[in-house]
Parts: sequence; structure tokens; C-alpha cells
Amino acid sequence: MGFTMPLVELHGVNKSYHSAGKTLRVLKDIELTIEEGEFVAIVGYSGSGKTTLMSLLAGLIRADSGTLALRGQPITAPGRDRGVVFQNYSLLPWLTVLENVRLAVDQVYPDWAKQKREEQSRFWIQKVNLTDAMDKRPAQLSGGMRQRVSVARALAMDPDLLLLDEPLGALDALTRAVLQDEFGRICQEAKKTVLLITNDVDEGILLADRIIPLSAGPAATLGPSIAVDIQRPRDRKGLNRDSNFARIRAEVFSYLRGSRPKRPLAPRHEALTEPLGLEAALEA
Amino acid sequence: MRPYLEIWNLKKSFALPGGGEQVVVSDFNLSLEKGEFVSIIGHSGCGKSTVLSILAGLAKATEGVAILAAKEITGPGVDRGVVFQAPCLLPWLTAEQNVLMGLDEVMTTCTKTKRQHVAQEYLELVGLSGCEHMHPRELSVGMRQRVGLARAFALAPKMLLLDEPFGMLDSLTRFDLQEALIEVWMKHRMTAMMVTHDVDEALFLSDRVVMMTSGPNAHVGEILNVPFERPRDREAVLRHPDYYRLRERLIGFLEQQASHSPAKPQKFPSQKATLAAALAVS
Repeated sequence: MGFTMPLVELHGVNKSYHSAGKTLRVLKDIELTIEEGEFVAIVGYSGSGKTTLMSLLAGLIRADSGTLALRGQPITAPGRDRGVVFQNYSLLPWLTVLENVRLAVDQVYPDWAKQKREEQSRFWIQKVNLTDAMDKRPAQLSGGMRQRVSVARALAMDPDLLLLDEPLGALDALTRAVLQDEFGRICQEAKKTVLLITNDVDEGILLADRIIPLSAGPAATLGPSIAVDIQRPRDRKGLNRDSNFARIRAEVFSYLRGSRPKRPLAPRHEALTEPLGLEAALEA
Repeated sequence: MRPYLEIWNLKKSFALPGGGEQVVVSDFNLSLEKGEFVSIIGHSGCGKSTVLSILAGLAKATEGVAILAAKEITGPGVDRGVVFQAPCLLPWLTAEQNVLMGLDEVMTTCTKTKRQHVAQEYLELVGLSGCEHMHPRELSVGMRQRVGLARAFALAPKMLLLDEPFGMLDSLTRFDLQEALIEVWMKHRMTAMMVTHDVDEALFLSDRVVMMTSGPNAHVGEILNVPFERPRDREAVLRHPDYYRLRERLIGFLEQQASHSPAKPQKFPSQKATLAAALAVS
């Protein structure tokens, strides 16, 4: 195999937030490389800077220093080469499922015939098993269904990189499990490069080729990359019989717990800046 | 000797508007020894919390009885400490004042200073020393739940009832809170019942895990004995040769229950056997 450029490259990325005369260092010296077709999961505590990292990749905010590149091109703004799915769905409430997806398709493929754009939208809605809900509005859908729409919308734009930011965080355990299985299947079928950000180690192991823990903040940094050498398809129950599962789990837990400051606990500094999910999703 | 807590043929149903009834829980039988920590796992909406509310005295059973320390439970009382998913703190009171609220009710014979000492001691036990004078809004969700734990433990109740106490926290922060909980619990070993759907949480904390079937007519499905020695260390528990075998069994049960549609009446061939198992515990 000849030399191929990694799809995503981050070098020495730093990011701080400033608020009321105080500086909070969120990310420190982030190094990350993702190859084409890989499914990478970044796992870390809430408030450690996961969403900040995602917002940098989505182009919603700029790094203080360091470089971020997609196919060798610097990431400076949101773009159609990245599809983003946030925890809060970011659907337009007055549009139906089909219209929400088509809105994105229209933006990305303005020169396609109307028929073709419609087909593209329907195809991805069918992929996420929402054909029966095509004409429903978000308010008529459950949380799990809304998140399916977000995924259909992101994939219908045929992005080079799919960014999933705690996509299942707001769902109950059962719905979460169903959607994990579905996402796993869809991502395999679509052969997309995926970066998943989650606080659920098991979700990472179930879905990803590699897991990278993000240390507890402030000044969070990425830990060692751990290969998930477990055959696919993976099932939640059967994983417990795989010695690799226990080993990977122990490695991730041990790194994350070791990175966390001992008592006293940090007072809350959650969400100094909440990125606008809608903008990235629709390339505002 | 009688078990410390006995639940006999508990049933909870609601009358439907058009006549008839919706049976949430039926034939629920369970006994706890004094000092036992038992978790109930099951899917959302299966009726786990209904059982806990009846034990807390916040809901009335349609049929059946619950007996705690040889006394039938008929209403709420200070002999049971309850911790809910949301910490339910009073926002205008500090952490210490929130803990003192209950203490002032129970420790009426003590001086104010003595009560303050108790409140401070429990806040320290849950890792909140230095935060006594902070208001809930200044605390993270995890810290607020720690105050909730301190408040429940400070009353030294006969029994602790925990309803998905860490459900609002991310799966990693949850670990820290579980450790704080078990550390305080080890000091008193009060009888505890916790509702959860997190299998790792159930295995780390409990002596037994009760698997509850999905409703309607939810009842005790199977009971798993957790063999890990106490005091428990997280890493050691995760490395225990039986850990993943037990975990698989719990996940297997939950998956099997998930495949049953809750809308349809359910048949469980093992019902008789498991009921016997539940009763044999006493």
C-alpha cells in the first residue's frame, strides 16, 4: 500500500474559554489522526471538553493554537464534508421528517433535479427505519425517532466525516441499546468515517474500531488509542464472554479514573459556551 | 428469625377510565435481611419505582403488605431514608442547611451545635467538606446528589430506599458516586434497596440483584447472588473472575424482557420457580 493521507489530522490543538475575567483551559495539546473508513470513539467525563472538541471539528469555533485538517485542508468553518449529529436533535419543528432531511439535501445538492433530491432524502429515511413517519413533525416523534432523523439528515449529505456528539445521551437505556445496534449497522453499511463522542465506554466498545479516552478536565488531553479488536457484528450480551472486552474496558476506565482530580471536586464549570447545533447541521 | 423487610404478595393496580384495571405490579414477594443491600433491575416503566414508592409509604399497595422491622408500612416515616433521581434540595438553603432540615425533625433532643456537627460529618463522608455553605445552584449535579445522600444517611434510618439515584449522571461520574455511597454505607450497613437499570451499578453495590419482569403484572423474575467480598474495590471487582459472567446474565435477562411487548399479557414459565426462590430467601 502506498502513502495515503489520513482523513482527519489534528496537531497541538489548544482551546480555552474566557468568562468574567477568568480563563478556563479546556483542551490541551490534542493530537488526533483518523484514517478513511475508521470508526473512532472518544470517551470522557461530562464537562471534560468533548463537545468543545466536536465543535472545533465541526468548524463552529476556532482553536487558540494548533492545526485541524480534513483531507489536508484546514478546518475553519462548517462544511458539507462533515455531517454532525448532536444530542439535542436540532430539527426544525415546523418541518416534517422528509422536509427536515430534504432541506439539508437541497443545500448540499442544489444542482440535482428535484426528483433526485427527493429520492436521496427518502432513501436515508428508509435506512433509519422511519418510512412510516416520513410526514410527521418532530413533536410527534419520540426522542429515539428524532435522533434517527438527525442521522438520516447527516448521512443524506454524504459527508466525508460523520461527527456524532453524544447522540444517544438523552435516551433511556432500552431505546439507547436499540439505536446503538442500528447506528452500528448503518455506519458499517454506509462505510463512513465516523467520530463518536460519548461518556459511555460500552457504547464505544460496541461501535468503534478504536477508543481514545479524553482525560478529565480542565486542560483535557487525549490518552492512548486502544484498538477494539473484537469481531463484528458485536452483541451486548456476548461481549461479556470476550476477554478483550474486559481488558479494553479496564484500560479505558483505569485511564479515565486516573486522569480525574482527587477531591476536592471541581465546582461546576459546565457549558460556558454551548455550540449552536442547528448551524452545523444545516451549514448556516 | 424474621427477615428485616418482608414484602408479601404486593399488587398495585390503577382503575381504567372505561372500567377494568391496569395491573402494574402483582404477586411481588421479597425479603431482605438486616444490613443487606439489594438492587432491583428492570426496564423503564416496569414498576420498579412503584414498589419503592410503596416501601417509602408514598403510594398505597392495592393488595399485599410490606413489613419493616416487624411493623407494617402504612405511610412515610423518618425510619426510611429516600434518595430520588433528582436530589430534591431546597434551592434557597445551603448544603448544610439542607442536611439539617431532616435532622432538626429527628434529633429534637440535641443542641443545634450537635446537629450541625452531624450534618458536617456526613457532608464530609460524601466528599463535600468545604462545600457546606454552597447553595445547590453552585454545585454540579453529582455534588447535589451527594448532598442528597448525606441528608438520607444523617437521619440514620432503618432502611435506605434509592430510586435510580445516579440516573441523571453520566456513566463515568456515576462510578464516583457509587463509591461515595458504598463508603458511607459500609460505616452503617443499613438495609438498603436500590432501583436501577445499570447492571454495573447493581453488581458493584449489591449483595443480591433482583431482576424484575417487564410489566404489566411485573414481579420478581430471577435473583442473582453477588459473591464479591466487602469492602469492595472497583478495580478488583471488575477483575473478579465471575464479574463478566454475572454481567452477561443480567444483560441477558434485560434483553429477554425487552423482547416481550409490554402491551401484551406475558407468560413466564419460570414464575412458580422464581417465586419459590424469592420466598426461600427468608
